Amino acid sequence: MNLDLFTRHSEYEWEIAPRGAMRVPARIFGSEELIREMDQKVYEQVTNVATLPGIVKAAYAMPDAHWGYGFPIGGVAAFDPDQGGVVSAGGVGFDISCGVRTILLNLTVDDILAHQKELAEMLACTIPAGVGSTGKLRLGSGEMDDMLAGGARWAVGRGYGSKQDLERIEEQGMIADARPDEVSAQAKKRQRDEMGTLGSGNHYLEIQQVADVYDAATAELYGLRLGDVVLSIHCGSRGLGHQIGTEFLKEMAKSAGRYGLVLPDRELACSPINSPHGQSYLGAMRAAINCALANRQILTHLTRQVFERLLPRARLELLYDVSHNTCKVEEHQVDGRPQRLYIHRKGATRAYGPGHPDIPIELRQAGQPVLIGGTMGTESYILAGSRGSEAKAFSSACHGAGRSMSRRTASKRYRGRQVIDELAGRGILIRSPSSRGVAEEAPGAYKDVSAVVEATEAAGLARKVARVEPLVCIKG
Amino acid sequence: MKKARGVRKRGESGWEHFHHVADIGVRGFGQTREQAFEQTALALIAVITKPQLVRPETLVEVSCEEPDDEFLLTAWLNALIYEMAQRRMLFSRFQVTIVEHALQGRAWGEQVDVQRHKPAVEVKGATLTALSVGQQADGRWVAQCVVDV
Repeated sequence: MNLDLFTRHSEYEWEIAPRGAMRVPARIFGSEELIREMDQKVYEQVTNVATLPGIVKAAYAMPDAHWGYGFPIGGVAAFDPDQGGVVSAGGVGFDISCGVRTILLNLTVDDILAHQKELAEMLACTIPAGVGSTGKLRLGSGEMDDMLAGGARWAVGRGYGSKQDLERIEEQGMIADARPDEVSAQAKKRQRDEMGTLGSGNHYLEIQQVADVYDAATAELYGLRLGDVVLSIHCGSRGLGHQIGTEFLKEMAKSAGRYGLVLPDRELACSPINSPHGQSYLGAMRAAINCALANRQILTHLTRQVFERLLPRARLELLYDVSHNTCKVEEHQVDGRPQRLYIHRKGATRAYGPGHPDIPIELRQAGQPVLIGGTMGTESYILAGSRGSEAKAFSSACHGAGRSMSRRTASKRYRGRQVIDELAGRGILIRSPSSRGVAEEAPGAYKDVSAVVEATEAAGLARKVARVEPLVCIKG
Repeated sequence: MKKARGVRKRGESGWEHFHHVADIGVRGFGQTREQAFEQTALALIAVITKPQLVRPETLVEVSCEEPDDEFLLTAWLNALIYEMAQRRMLFSRFQVTIVEHALQGRAWGEQVDVQRHKPAVEVKGATLTALSVGQQADGRWVAQCVVDV
């Protein structure tokens, strides 16, 4: 992007002053290099978001921002329902509540290395992944609605995990006010066989070793020590979320005129929060959040079964579960006063700072764990929400590396088999049903996640706790 | 927007992918709007697998109606995405009839066979990004949008 378009607020904070129809400024976080490399579309999209009614303070983009649908991926925006604020399907995305959970294994790297190949094979056989895969669980209509209302709590009630797991999930595993009745029959049908499936694309299940610790006290509180092993799962609300996103994007685009909304881009499709369309979407979107939480809970259960068979002394304890495609009602400080706002995070992670009451009590003093996925050949990060993040961007941080190369370019440049062999040579075992899928996800097709994380920390959005490196990766 | 290489053309109709960093653009063209829609569907399948690997054995029919051609294109592609997802199928042959803004579509395909099709990625939905349907100066129809993967 052209840096002349911005006013530089600090080394890592860039502002676009309101102009034209913008109601608030737009603010992008990142190093000069990241901003320079960022797609010009991010500028266009974040300034478009700043034109929406009821937006509070600013439209934000995180250091990993890239071209999205209406909203940039890496976008954060807060809306006040009493000021005509809107909710946007594009501001949440197609994969509603896509997110990451990290599980402590209570094992060492040597424990894993002794069984690495067997673990890779057994996880690949047990975790349904890739196009056309189905879960073992089949949900009838009554149970589908219970799942959509209950999320991970429903899953735990069905025997998938324990109550302790729920304490380590945002919203304690279940977002309130979900409306299964607002979810179409098609969306439910699409999900019927997809509970406990990983999906494809950038979704993964990965065993990782803790390779660096940056903040020993917080790492200790999180249960992370150098040489420890964790397991992370990245996936979302599967076909149900995709279908809800598809249906509401269209409905919101068509009905915008009815609410007097003038949209600079049709993809900004949104509805007033206080409108039938807005309420209908919020109910369905929350049901999809619960679906994603239940899905990650079932995948955790399947993973535990694998470890019970291969490494029974492992204790799989949930560190935390974050969602990075959501719209949630949260209380934030605006001009020194608490206000309940609708926070869109599209490819951005909630990052509550130390002391926030919604953080599990044992972790509260350190801040909320912020789980950042990298690539299968490099590294991922565990961060903690920082004190300054509330004032910076409604307690939000980045979510991942972001692609630097299109899927098509990556599949031309890399061969899946070669990527797998090269990573195996470096001690990382990849298992995937699709060789082309692996090529499209080659580490070289992504930006440097370290640069994104460094910028996130330097901007005061979250602070680094640990860096983890992959040992085994199951890709869809 | 950059065109992808490896464009497949047969006579006056064909499809191609176009650049989008995170996702992928699908574009179809033909002598008629119907042909352009059929070719865009082939471009959609090519995101997932090579269309020539999919046997056109089973027929699935879809229909949709929208107020304009652009919404109709996303409705057509989303109907195919839905049918593929819930039937665990892939398609490789398409026939489209459009009367005003009502589309009747026929898609032939088969069950996903991971070994044979080696599907790369699921498509989550057709988006409104880079969405357009229209006739070029030479009369040829072009239909396109970005799909989320």
